[in-house]
Amino acid sequence: MSTQQPEPESQEAPTDPEFQGAESSVDEAERSGGDIDQTAADPTDLEGETVLIKVFRYDPEVEAKQEPRFDDFHVPFTKGMTALDAVIYARDQYDSSLTFRHSCRQAVCGSDAFFINGKQRLACKTQIAELEQPIRIEPLPHQEVVKDLVVDMDHFYDQMHAVEPYFQNEETPAIEDLEEQRQSRENREKIKMSTRCIWCGACMSSCNIAAGDNEYLGPAAINKAYRFAMDDREPEEIKEHRLRIVEQEHGVWRCQTQFSCTEVCPKDIPLTEHIQELKREAVKKNLKFW
Amino acid sequence: MYEHDVIVVGAGGAGLRAAIAAHEAGADTAIVSKLHPVRSHTGAAEGGINAALQEGDDWELHAYDTMKGSDYLGDAPAVETLAQDAPEDTMRLEHWGMPFSREEDGRVSQRPFGGLSYPRTTYAGAETGHHLLHVMYEQVVKRGIQVYDEWYVMNLATSDEPNPKDRECHGVVAYDVQSGQIEGFKANQGVILATGGPGQAFDHTTNAVSCTGDGHAIAYRAGVPLEDMEFIQFHPTSLPSTGVLISEGVRGEGGILYNEDGERFMFEHGYANNAGELASRDVVSRAELTEVNEGRGVNDEYVHLDMRHLGEERILDRLENILHLAEDFEGVDGLVEPMPVKPGQHYAMGGIETDENGQTCISGLYAAGECACVSVHGGNRLGGNALPELIVFGKRAGRHAAGDDLGEPQIKTGYGNDVEDETDVELPVTPGSAGIGTDDGVAADGGPRSASDARSDGGIATDAAGAIERAVERERERVDRLMDRDTGIQHAEIRQKLQTAMTDYVNVFRTEEGVKKALRIIRECREEYQDVYVDDPSRTFNTDLQQTYETRNLIDVAETIALGALVRTEFRGAHWRAEHQERKDEEWLKHTLISWNGGKPDIFYRPVILEGDEKTYEPKVRSY
Repeated sequence: MSTQQPEPESQEAPTDPEFQGAESSVDEAERSGGDIDQTAADPTDLEGETVLIKVFRYDPEVEAKQEPRFDDFHVPFTKGMTALDAVIYARDQYDSSLTFRHSCRQAVCGSDAFFINGKQRLACKTQIAELEQPIRIEPLPHQEVVKDLVVDMDHFYDQMHAVEPYFQNEETPAIEDLEEQRQSRENREKIKMSTRCIWCGACMSSCNIAAGDNEYLGPAAINKAYRFAMDDREPEEIKEHRLRIVEQEHGVWRCQTQFSCTEVCPKDIPLTEHIQELKREAVKKNLKFW
Repeated sequence: MYEHDVIVVGAGGAGLRAAIAAHEAGADTAIVSKLHPVRSHTGAAEGGINAALQEGDDWELHAYDTMKGSDYLGDAPAVETLAQDAPEDTMRLEHWGMPFSREEDGRVSQRPFGGLSYPRTTYAGAETGHHLLHVMYEQVVKRGIQVYDEWYVMNLATSDEPNPKDRECHGVVAYDVQSGQIEGFKANQGVILATGGPGQAFDHTTNAVSCTGDGHAIAYRAGVPLEDMEFIQFHPTSLPSTGVLISEGVRGEGGILYNEDGERFMFEHGYANNAGELASRDVVSRAELTEVNEGRGVNDEYVHLDMRHLGEERILDRLENILHLAEDFEGVDGLVEPMPVKPGQHYAMGGIETDENGQTCISGLYAAGECACVSVHGGNRLGGNALPELIVFGKRAGRHAAGDDLGEPQIKTGYGNDVEDETDVELPVTPGSAGIGTDDGVAADGGPRSASDARSDGGIATDAAGAIERAVERERERVDRLMDRDTGIQHAEIRQKLQTAMTDYVNVFRTEEGVKKALRIIRECREEYQDVYVDDPSRTFNTDLQQTYETRNLIDVAETIALGALVRTEFRGAHWRAEHQERKDEEWLKHTLISWNGGKPDIFYRPVILEGDEKTYEPKVRSY
């Protein structure tokens, strides 16, 4: 039952060449920061087509994993293989205790943001072929690790909820009239990018400010506030209320425009720009009241 | 033990909508979901929401289109309810802030979709499901509805009368994935299953890894029939390595399908001389697989979808998202090379048998969304009809569970007077429980014996709390058993074997021999599952344990799909049989129902209801 040295199913090894190729590849776990083997090719593999992934392991409950470490997995490469495919292969073929969140496999559920080769990325849309080997896969930095690649997302969700992330308008048309609130194409276009957020947490994890200030709302939550504050269907007084939320001490003014959030966002949302625009709106609003 | 009035299992579109409706009807409502709500697979829906919103359109036209699309296997009361409720429920989404695409005058846009007589598909870019899911979750947050996220529902807690129609559902047993804690959830008024599709029963699917048919399986084993499970929609253009969907929009814009020899096979091999690439989904899927089977597939696996001739400008303007998908998920640049595509499992038309209020035959147990079969989609679902189903029937189930009067349902459920139960098809193996007649102490389903013999004590569990406690105890025993074993077989091996069998033999093409072969393999999987063990010793975030549970559910669900595919000896909608190339209305205007029957599955049929409120839908040839 030990998770330390995962062994492939012995009865399968002789019949499956791919499997055989990977068999000897599950090296003894390496500690973080230890020597990293720079060669990707496994000498036992006939075609030299395996990739080496080094995956962060930690489980507070299992003695062998209480001290964080990296495990090596050699995974047979196939065209189009993503980082998610690679960890799924490692889990299903070598070590069923390898733990990570994933679901849709197509970059809409936002479950599988990991720290891959030093950058926050969605594993399902990260092509293995584009990464330097060995590939290091770690949980998102600046978040508490629950186990292996799983981090505690509660703080992220709390920040999202703190901006009242729901549409507010008390005066919608009567439902039986089937009458919508009008919205111009321009206004829809303005909020379009902000509505694409999939709550993956990559931005928050990349942000130095969030790392230093636990109460900072963070790029995703501020973007959520932007999504509503810029939506013309909400009345002016709600917009002012929203600006008051984001201009609080741990809000937009904390952002130092380092653009790290924008850089890692898998949905290409211009997060930093949205934060800056809310700063400008907040200033305008305050001038108005003076 | 946790206690609420209404417990909703699953937090996709149907679950969230049900929870909002139950909450608004005054019930203390909680959602229990194995995923955080925004991770749900509703978010992957691209197309849109069919709703007769505009002047000139009419709910009756929507109902007619849906009935025709279903190949006359939809039940008219369900279809008419969908079409009547969809406009209001779609408009409610707009009032909740959904960022629909807009017309110049600021009204919501609608577009044409396959099989529709009017352009009534309401959409938000090509990400309608994403927006629907997020808007609904926002409304749940606004109302302060409690969400137990990353809690995996293992089983239902029901009373144990011999006839399922006499049983009552008292709650669920769930385990907290993060801590491993197993707890009972008492539902004073109702449990609503909204657990999504069973796509993971197949090797190649557009569905998320989480779509494992959990709700199907726990309802089935509790005694609720699964209906029309043989009707599975296969989408013709999914990426080979991941199953990620490439929208029909590519062919709509003029994308062309080629085989390995560079032939435009839809025309050159005569599959659809008029519509070509734009023939209906089932036709194109069958054509692609024929090419592969006859040796003209690329790498013996897929065909090419080429859009290069459309030019970079047009592609970037209208199909930009497709470029990202092909690049991110297949490593292919759609501007310089054709994209590999093949049919992928996409949607299950069948599911847990319910009436138009979402009720199953077990009192207090409801189902809504893709896991349910009302039946709206019959033999084939039209594009744009899945999302309105979520909001319409999610809402109805939530309201009804919370005690709102929605009127007497016209659709009947459970085993009763209006069913017929003879089938002359010979089954290759005995389906159902593997534990019957054995006394090795390990039950049918890999759990402790007491779990499969839950109803053997003969007592009537009228005490809800007692029923839940017993159900919790059974799951704790099952988990201990799975974790204590340290040899045997792991779920991933069984799951792969099951998925491969389903994609090989119960796919787009179905032959009697093939489906029988699948049933034999499913049987092997079930028997292997007797020796399944969980290798991960941790109680913390043990996905090994969760997936072992899910694999068991997939075995039960896959078996019903294959059984349905074997006994339905006709060609209707998405169900194609080599030996039966015609729709047989005299014999088959009826639903296939499969009930677990204590481990000895029972197959029976119920006539489809073609009589609507004011008119009867006469079956016609389905041509477009």
